[in-house]
Amino acid sequence: MRLLNRSAGRLSRYRRRPIAGLAVLMFGLLLTGSLYAAFSPAQAGQAESDEALVAKGRDIFIVGCSTCHGLNGEGINSSRDGKILGPSLIGVGAAAVDFQVGTGRMPLAQPGSQAQRKPPVYTPDEVEALAAYVASLGVGPAIPDESDYSIAGLSEQEREEAIVRGGQIFLTNCTACHNFEGSGGAMPRGGYAPKIRGVDPKYIYEAMLTGPQAMDTFSNGNLSPEEKRDVIAYLQSLEDQPSYSGFGLGGMGPVSEGLFAWLFGIGLCVAFAVWIAAHTTRSSKSKVEA
Amino acid sequence: MSTTQEHLPAVPEGDEPIPNPGLPAHQWRPTDVDTRAEKRAERQVAALFGVATLALVGFFVSYFVFQVGDNWDTIAGFGASNVMLGGTLAIAFICIGVGLIHWARKLMTDHEIVELRHPASSSEKDRTETVGMVMQGIDDSGIARRPLVRNSLLGALGLVGLAPILMLRDLGPLPGDKLYHTIWKPGMRVVRDVVYTPIKVSDLEIGDLVNCEPEALANGGPDGEPLEGVELQIAKSKGAVILLRMEPDDITPWKGRENWSVQGIVAFSKICTHVGCPISLNERTTHHLLCPCHQSTFDLADNGKVIFGPAARPLPQLPIEVDDEGYLVAQSDFTEPVGPSFWERG
Amino acid sequence: MSIDTSKVADTNATTPAKASKPNPVGAAAGWADDRLGLATAMKKQVRKVFPDHWSFMLGEIALWSFIVLLLTGVFLTLWFTPSMGETTYEGSYNQLRGIQMSEAYASTLNISFDVRGGLLMRQMHHWAAMLFVAAMMVHLLRVFFTGAHRKPRELNWVIGCLLLILGTLEGFTGYSLPDDLLSGTGIRAADGFIKATPVVGTYMSFFLFGGEFPGEAIIPRLFTVHVLLIPGILLALVGAHMLLLVYHKHTQWPGPGRTEQNVVGYPLLPIYAAKAGGFFFVVFGVIALMGALLSINPVWKFGPYDPSKVTAGSQPDWYMGWPDGALRIMPGIETHIWGTTWSWNVLLPIQVLPMVMFTLLLFLPFIESWITGDKRDHHILQRPRNAPTRTATMVALMTAYGLFWAAGGNDIIAIKLHLSINHITYFMRLMVFLGPVIAFWITRRWCISLQRHDNDMLLHGYESGIIMRSADGGYSERHLPLSESRAYTLTARGRDEVFTPGTGVDENGVAARGGRLDKVRGKLSALMYADNVQKPTRAELEEARHHAEHEHALQAGLDHPASGHEFDDHALRTAEDVPLRGAHGETAGAGSGSTSGGAGGQHDDTDEQPGH
Repeated sequence: MRLLNRSAGRLSRYRRRPIAGLAVLMFGLLLTGSLYAAFSPAQAGQAESDEALVAKGRDIFIVGCSTCHGLNGEGINSSRDGKILGPSLIGVGAAAVDFQVGTGRMPLAQPGSQAQRKPPVYTPDEVEALAAYVASLGVGPAIPDESDYSIAGLSEQEREEAIVRGGQIFLTNCTACHNFEGSGGAMPRGGYAPKIRGVDPKYIYEAMLTGPQAMDTFSNGNLSPEEKRDVIAYLQSLEDQPSYSGFGLGGMGPVSEGLFAWLFGIGLCVAFAVWIAAHTTRSSKSKVEA
Repeated sequence: MSTTQEHLPAVPEGDEPIPNPGLPAHQWRPTDVDTRAEKRAERQVAALFGVATLALVGFFVSYFVFQVGDNWDTIAGFGASNVMLGGTLAIAFICIGVGLIHWARKLMTDHEIVELRHPASSSEKDRTETVGMVMQGIDDSGIARRPLVRNSLLGALGLVGLAPILMLRDLGPLPGDKLYHTIWKPGMRVVRDVVYTPIKVSDLEIGDLVNCEPEALANGGPDGEPLEGVELQIAKSKGAVILLRMEPDDITPWKGRENWSVQGIVAFSKICTHVGCPISLNERTTHHLLCPCHQSTFDLADNGKVIFGPAARPLPQLPIEVDDEGYLVAQSDFTEPVGPSFWERG
Repeated sequence: MSIDTSKVADTNATTPAKASKPNPVGAAAGWADDRLGLATAMKKQVRKVFPDHWSFMLGEIALWSFIVLLLTGVFLTLWFTPSMGETTYEGSYNQLRGIQMSEAYASTLNISFDVRGGLLMRQMHHWAAMLFVAAMMVHLLRVFFTGAHRKPRELNWVIGCLLLILGTLEGFTGYSLPDDLLSGTGIRAADGFIKATPVVGTYMSFFLFGGEFPGEAIIPRLFTVHVLLIPGILLALVGAHMLLLVYHKHTQWPGPGRTEQNVVGYPLLPIYAAKAGGFFFVVFGVIALMGALLSINPVWKFGPYDPSKVTAGSQPDWYMGWPDGALRIMPGIETHIWGTTWSWNVLLPIQVLPMVMFTLLLFLPFIESWITGDKRDHHILQRPRNAPTRTATMVALMTAYGLFWAAGGNDIIAIKLHLSINHITYFMRLMVFLGPVIAFWITRRWCISLQRHDNDMLLHGYESGIIMRSADGGYSERHLPLSESRAYTLTARGRDEVFTPGTGVDENGVAARGGRLDKVRGKLSALMYADNVQKPTRAELEEARHHAEHEHALQAGLDHPASGHEFDDHALRTAEDVPLRGAHGETAGAGSGSTSGGAGGQHDDTDEQPGH
């Protein structure tokens, strides 16, 4: 990889650079790849009939999920304190399962605490089966297709507009909890809004659609699918753009900046001050006056 | 040089347990007594200045080589212009600084010298003389003997002090009743922020939170055009609301607020009653709304009551209903001033 | 006492200074002197002496950051448009193109993305501002901990405090200018603070904003305050601060040859000029490094200010963090009476508390000198341990500050440490009262222990780490005597005297004026001094010396008494560094010292001397 990179990650507004041809080629490859990605699971699904998938999902569900969510996904209230052990899954849809299990949040280590992102327990095939089973319990949001959250099919100008609009929607609806850079934030009583940088766009889309844990839902009647797509495009554009100004310091805003001012700035200056005023080496010899 | 001058006499102070031994004799540095060390230090200083020169050349080159604007160059993912301009500047300045200090520490004559202090105060003689002259000046002016002159002057000067305060009057208009009203009117549609589209009850599922604005932002201008500039900002800063749809049974309305919600959809002011930050950090499961600025927490199922934090008043609720076309509209303006408390609010 | 000035060296030169033969520089200097009389004005200053210690350079960090602020600030004004007029952004930052925003925000984006070096200057300006305030605070702490605020420097302390508060205000006005989401949220909160003011709050808000919040006047007005009003006052105060520094001459640490009547150090030209000038370049370089590598205030990610938007982690810059923290942990109390609103939840933490803290800070030197009744000039610094109550007071203030500060970042602490903001808030509500008390008590006792340790070293020598085995098999650690310069330095401090109020009744049996106040003063003075450990008297030192010699003779078990230098590098040193228990009377230049030997004992606080 070249260290110095001209016009990295940006879509030129005015110019056609020599690399435009290369970009078209790349775009073609990307499109082919994404088309393949979009169609290949469908082919796999054909191989295994839907019923068989649901049955497989039910088997996994009974072993791994029913303790909290009930044998038929109806949810269980704890016998001890009457609190919900696991909510009903009827009508949450495949998208919720794909998000919760696919990001490792489910199965939960301990009921009651906020589900954390961790390496998924189930393989993608198993997640698919689980999702199919839960979707069969009641109508709910389906797993989005890549075309739902990708702006690859738009023209360059449309893409730019989508990113700008997405930024405004993001700042209006999302930054309050997830912070201006998607670094996450604190919620009442130990809850937190997780970091959403570096998260697969599919999961962001599913999270908006289903409102995992304490998050509000942004159903299609609330934020249209295009608006969700634009938010994801904006987040993607933030990840693609160079960090113009240097290290982001965690993207936490003024608190981390203050910390760096004290530790790095004052620390370094004081270290220099100590050196300036320190006594230099002394010699045991005395000077021979010429 | 003579060392006796450097050894100041110690000051005996009554029962001082140990007398001041005086300045220790000067000790030479390796650079004072060893020509090789001296030459080495000289080369080091010169090398530092040399590096600084090179870095500054790098600075000039970076200025012209790295593009900003529409095509930012990058280095390892960072903005190349910023990193290179700042980096070369930092190297140049630190090298010049370190070079100067190294020079002072190793090569400049480093005998400590002694300077005597003088009291900060003037001598008694100067004080007496000055006071005398001031008294004579006052006496010559006759200000003490002529109270009419003195008092009329004081009166005039007092008014001079008032003039600039008066001049500040036109900094802004008087508040009037502006803080008591917002742009909401009966029948005004609640529209989504950013895109300004109206909302139907059927659009929202339970758990949906919508950041909304009054429709007047989109068509409140004289000829139905969108608001702009100051008017837009002021309207937004008081009119922004959040819609939340929850299980209708969860809502416990206060008396008189029973019909303020529509099928579990409630509308609350988005402006915190503490110091006015917009709040939309909602926990879907508890209907608790948190302010990111100072963590006031409001219960939206319970009339926006404060359940935690520094805010003292509940979040104002906007009464809503459904219009003929099925869109959500305001029943009226807010029934109380939104935003932070102020003196006259009562 | 008087010292013959003519005998004090003010030069290092081995040959007398002589006017060299005319050259162009000399001619120019002569031309200027004919008109300005520079030679007389500069005579005293060119070789002015500054003592050398790292802690004396903390204020310089602030000074040099200020210079960086002036330089980068001028650069920024060349492009910045202080206007809230609305414009559509058409610059080169993709994600915001086509968005309506204020001209102030658009020009900030322009500086960041379309002016070469603009982003660097913006970041350097912001980092320098953070360092400026931080360095002022560190400098203030150094001054207070070492007692440099005592007479005759109280007014310079006051000027310094004004600089601190003006610097903070300057920072606040500056960070509000770009009109991004974060700074706008800050102004919005400030509007809430102002509105909470009793009686005039609403009017003040309408006058400040030129109407209802946000109006379109606040940015141009803050701009004028930020680039003209406050910097002007800051410059004047910095000038006064430096003039007074030169006039009073710098304080110095105690040590051999250092007295209240002199200042020992290096001359301004060339050494101090090179070191201070070099330090300017270093501070500039450090700030440039931060501007190059560390992102600060990436306004393009916040978007333009919009009263309906907000971001998690909405915090002010660090120096405004502590009142913000007080605001966060304040319970929501509001009083409604006779149709008026008293917003205690805003008023107390954001208006009253900072005012009280600042007033306290301003008056600290005067409060202290009133309690101690000390009217003497002080040029020799105190070690923090030798003023335990003062040190503890400042540590208590720092603890309160730190706790409020941490409360200002409670949401960040909550996510980073996986805690609950509610719990942090409850904890802080308690700790801001408890913490300073605990800190005061620990610091004070700690200082007194250190004082005791100093006395132990003076009386019994330092712990050498050498384990001796006696003839009957017992083990003991060998204590070796301190060098004389070290021992002198440890004793070069005053004795504290507790103020005892009079009877409070004059000769006619009438209560004397101020009698009650005197009692308070006496109590405070006792709190301040009574527990302190005083330095040993001459008699105690003598006794300890005899004792030690006796011990040595017993312990050494050699054919000659141990000198105490068997294990150190004393033999390698050529400089005379006479051990305390050596030939005491022969110390060079100190002939007059030993004659007043018997005068000790009258202030003998014998309870604090273990080991007798």
